[in-house]
Amino acid sequence: MSFKLFFLLVKAAGWTLGISLVSIAAGLALAVLLCAAMLSGKALFTVPTRLFVSFFRGVPLLVQLLLIYNLLPFIGINVPSVVAAIIGLSLCTAAYQAENLRGGFESVAPGLVEAADMAGFSARQTFLRIKLPIALRLTFPALVNEAIMILKSSSLVSVVGIVELTRMSQDLASSTYLPIPLFASAGLIYLVICWTMALIGRFSERHLPGALPAGSGASR
Amino acid sequence: MIFDPKVILDHLPEIASGALTTLWIWIVGMLLGAALGFLVATGRRYGGRLLDLPLGLAVEVLRGTPFLIQIFLVYYGGPYVGLSLDPIPCGLIGLTIYAAAYCSEIFRAGFAAVPHGHVEAAECLGLSRFQIVRRILLPEMALIVLPPFVNLAVILLKESAVLSIITVPELTATVSAIGSQQYAFLEAIFVLAVIYWVIVEAAAWTGRMAETRLNKLRFAAP
Repeated sequence: MSFKLFFLLVKAAGWTLGISLVSIAAGLALAVLLCAAMLSGKALFTVPTRLFVSFFRGVPLLVQLLLIYNLLPFIGINVPSVVAAIIGLSLCTAAYQAENLRGGFESVAPGLVEAADMAGFSARQTFLRIKLPIALRLTFPALVNEAIMILKSSSLVSVVGIVELTRMSQDLASSTYLPIPLFASAGLIYLVICWTMALIGRFSERHLPGALPAGSGASR
Repeated sequence: MIFDPKVILDHLPEIASGALTTLWIWIVGMLLGAALGFLVATGRRYGGRLLDLPLGLAVEVLRGTPFLIQIFLVYYGGPYVGLSLDPIPCGLIGLTIYAAAYCSEIFRAGFAAVPHGHVEAAECLGLSRFQIVRRILLPEMALIVLPPFVNLAVILLKESAVLSIITVPELTATVSAIGSQQYAFLEAIFVLAVIYWVIVEAAAWTGRMAETRLNKLRFAAP
């Protein structure tokens, strides 16, 4: 396999990376809203959110992508397939991230919240200064994990015709009759991206502001 | 959306056979994957570095690459190395290996969660390695590995939809084929999503039931 083919794969990996990162960011924004709705305690908000989360966690991503890809034009929204794919990935990851965030907020130690109350913090201050930083800190590893999952799942958008890494390797494999080197290289590129993301995740867990010293037990 | 149930109702037998294919590939893949994953986990624990390093690398590679790429490699690359497989066996092998990688990590964490003192006590009593795994490690970790195992089963069921891409006649492939024949693709995909939703929720519910039952057993035991 020539270097030129490999370069084409790397270029296509840019699409994979771009689509995944945009989806993760959009999904996180949506997840915050979903999580707020779930924690609001009002059935008007919690019931539809639960249904949303359950649906997007219970249906294969491939089926979700096919559904959204065909649904959008049907209801009169004509968007490029890349946008449809990003919408699909974002909705799916939002459901998972919302569930993670909810878990994070629920495992903020009640004692810390009580202590903030005793110290005269307002509800807003308690949320901004106590609950939110701890919940974000607790869910950070899960967020990195989710980002890696979405990166791998983004290979499915090849089905709706986006020439990202998987589709590019597929196209090249059928035109060059070199499936083994091409798919192996694509896998290697995925692997490198995943490992880099995991590495960045582990590094920032230790060194970003808000990092917990090992064994501080702030979560309990 | 004008939904004509006839589109689906006329094809119920085909959909049922697709669902059956999905279910058996899923269950067999999961069981074989669990068995293989268990072997990998024990191999990594007792095989020394000579076994631990390559197996660990293989697990990392399988967990770090998309399932789609893995089955493409087997399905399209296989014939070049003398491994021509029909879609169903290829899908089953792919799913098994994928499941085995994740299962081995679950079992590894399970082994690690068994208190070291129990293993040492068994060693002091003169139990062989095989006996320790069978009598101490497995029963003690059964409860610990059940929740992640159910989780993995659900992920695997959803991942099995990907097999439609290499033309395994499972649920996704069957229903979307019906949809395009009937010019009712959207309706078909919608029905497909609901079927998966029901199966996944049922699987998750069964898993939760099993957990409660096992928990009761554990605390009822003398």
